[in-house]
Amino acid sequence: MTEPSLTGPPTNEPLLSVRDLVKTFPGRRSRTGRPGAPVRAVDGVSFDVGAGETLGLVGESGCGKSTTGRMIVRLLDPTSGTVTFDGTEIGGLSQARLRPHRRDLQMVFQDPYSSLNPRQTVSRIISEPLLVQGESATAARKRAAELMELVGLIPEHLDRYPHEFSGGQAQRIGIARALATSPRLVIADEPVSALDVSIQAQVVNLMERLQQELGLAYVFIAHDLSVVKRVCDRVAVMYLGRIVEIGDKAEVYGSPAHPYTRALLSAVPLPDPEAERTRERIVLLGDPPSPADPPPGCSFHPRCPKAQDLCRTERPLLRIAGPGTREAACHFPEVPGS
Amino acid sequence: MTRLLEVEDLKVAFDTPRGTVRAVDGISFAVEAGRTLGLVGESGSGKSVTSLAVMGLHRGATVTGSIRLHGQELNGLGEKALGTVRGRRIAMIFQDPLSSLHPFYTVGEQIAEHYRVHFRANRKAGRARAVEMLAEVGIPEPARRVDEYPHQFSGGMRQRVMIAMALACEPDLLIADEPTTALDVTVQAQILDLIARIQQERGLGVVMITHDLGVVARVAHEVLVMYGGRAAEQAPVERLFAQPAHPYTRGLLDSLPRLDDTDDAPLRAIPGSPPSLIAPAPGCSFAPRCARTTAAAAEEHARCLAERPVLGPLAPGHQAACHLPLVPEGVL
Repeated sequence: MTEPSLTGPPTNEPLLSVRDLVKTFPGRRSRTGRPGAPVRAVDGVSFDVGAGETLGLVGESGCGKSTTGRMIVRLLDPTSGTVTFDGTEIGGLSQARLRPHRRDLQMVFQDPYSSLNPRQTVSRIISEPLLVQGESATAARKRAAELMELVGLIPEHLDRYPHEFSGGQAQRIGIARALATSPRLVIADEPVSALDVSIQAQVVNLMERLQQELGLAYVFIAHDLSVVKRVCDRVAVMYLGRIVEIGDKAEVYGSPAHPYTRALLSAVPLPDPEAERTRERIVLLGDPPSPADPPPGCSFHPRCPKAQDLCRTERPLLRIAGPGTREAACHFPEVPGS
Repeated sequence: MTRLLEVEDLKVAFDTPRGTVRAVDGISFAVEAGRTLGLVGESGSGKSVTSLAVMGLHRGATVTGSIRLHGQELNGLGEKALGTVRGRRIAMIFQDPLSSLHPFYTVGEQIAEHYRVHFRANRKAGRARAVEMLAEVGIPEPARRVDEYPHQFSGGMRQRVMIAMALACEPDLLIADEPTTALDVTVQAQILDLIARIQQERGLGVVMITHDLGVVARVAHEVLVMYGGRAAEQAPVERLFAQPAHPYTRGLLDSLPRLDDTDDAPLRAIPGSPPSLIAPAPGCSFAPRCARTTAAAAEEHARCLAERPVLGPLAPGHQAACHLPLVPEGVL
């Protein structure tokens, strides 16, 4: 389906392959105790990530990007669909059978303070995944000191507690913990959105450097399109639980095919007053609809400036749009050159 | 002509067990009717504290300096006198509309509440005003939604309700503290457009507090960049983005990943982290992170570390507090 990435290794097997992933949550119970309609938070998502590659997962709140990330590392169990990591189907494994694979599959969270245990020292926090994997305490501590150095912190601070670090430093600790077991894939869920601008750049640079040094693959989940453009090789845009456009960064950002991608990109304010004044902007009407009650047909049609009758009845599937490999789920995609 | 809002040498300090925190340490700015001042800075730079001080909402802080609205001094005014200004002539909207709206009251009652207080209006007139305001901020079916509760609105709609509430008494000045930070980008665009439209219609002065330089570029006319509780640079918006003079402003612009970037060179991050406000260093608070300080000759380097720079004029309307500004000091 998807071509192997140019930046990946010369194998045909992607490192991570997600197929038709679905997650439904039970709907809110009514007062009589009858369950409401289930919420389809993720509704049939498929993509591949090659070794050493970064896939960006972007979309607005409630589009299912974090739920997708959590299913890949099995913090949530998929309702249906498969997650294949390095040739093994891990979507249905028990937690015990999954444990050996956890070594290769780690996660970085958004809020560094709430994802670090305030009552544990940094040494303990970074060692934890190693201890779980059966390493000795001395070896784990030694490795923790190395990791501190790797992420740009001072190894002498190993016995401090998370509150003694600034936000940017705490996020470095979160990254060090994720790297402890030398993973091959890191799911980063909004890793820089809680940080100040000047600190964001430090963490983005760190993540890029680590990728080069360690050959990591990232699934980079973010709502900030500028950050995603910076770090990713390929990007998938999600809307209401589905991927509406996926492809190489240059194609998706350079000539977006889906009207939602176009609107999303044009809504990002540019730090350039002159460009802002002259720029053509597509302002979408209304709010994203609720995943508990998705509109029929294309779920974007109520907000789409190009919607026609077909869009109201028939759900568009992802298919190649334009000359490259980029796919869009739209009946009337903007195709460059047409 | 007196200006709408003039703030001069504003200082806000909090006494804490660990020492006095100088959250804002000598800020001056002015806002004119129909114009937008962008107040930019990172967390802890004092931008929100500045706005709370203007509103007289600084509990337990020591505030010195002058805050004048249409020439009337607000600092030191009693609660009762402030009450006739707050909400009536200066209104404020906050980042998180859900925590600024009361969950137990309908949005109509909340919008009507201070309208009724300030205009001594009865319940019926208050409700009519609420419906009118909801329509103005673009909420569909205002006559029905006026009786709904905040949880029945989406994030963007709640921010519209906050704006309706802020503008119900026709204030002259709107202080918007990160009004779109909690919103999705497509909704952010709607809210910024709404504020701009209302500003044009009413000639409202706006103070837009934000950390997002993109938002500033879109809405502001003048910009004040804050760092460590002090003004780092102040300039008209085009000038600030085209010719930033303070190394901190330059650093912020360079560290931003941008949609219109073409190269994939690493971001030029600013090393280090923001300064402590409890025991500020004697010199420039940005000096420890400043590449120009590091590169400067010994004598200049020492000056950055020892002497606090004051805002100096570089061009009409453009000032920077820096010993080594990036543009040569121009002739006024």
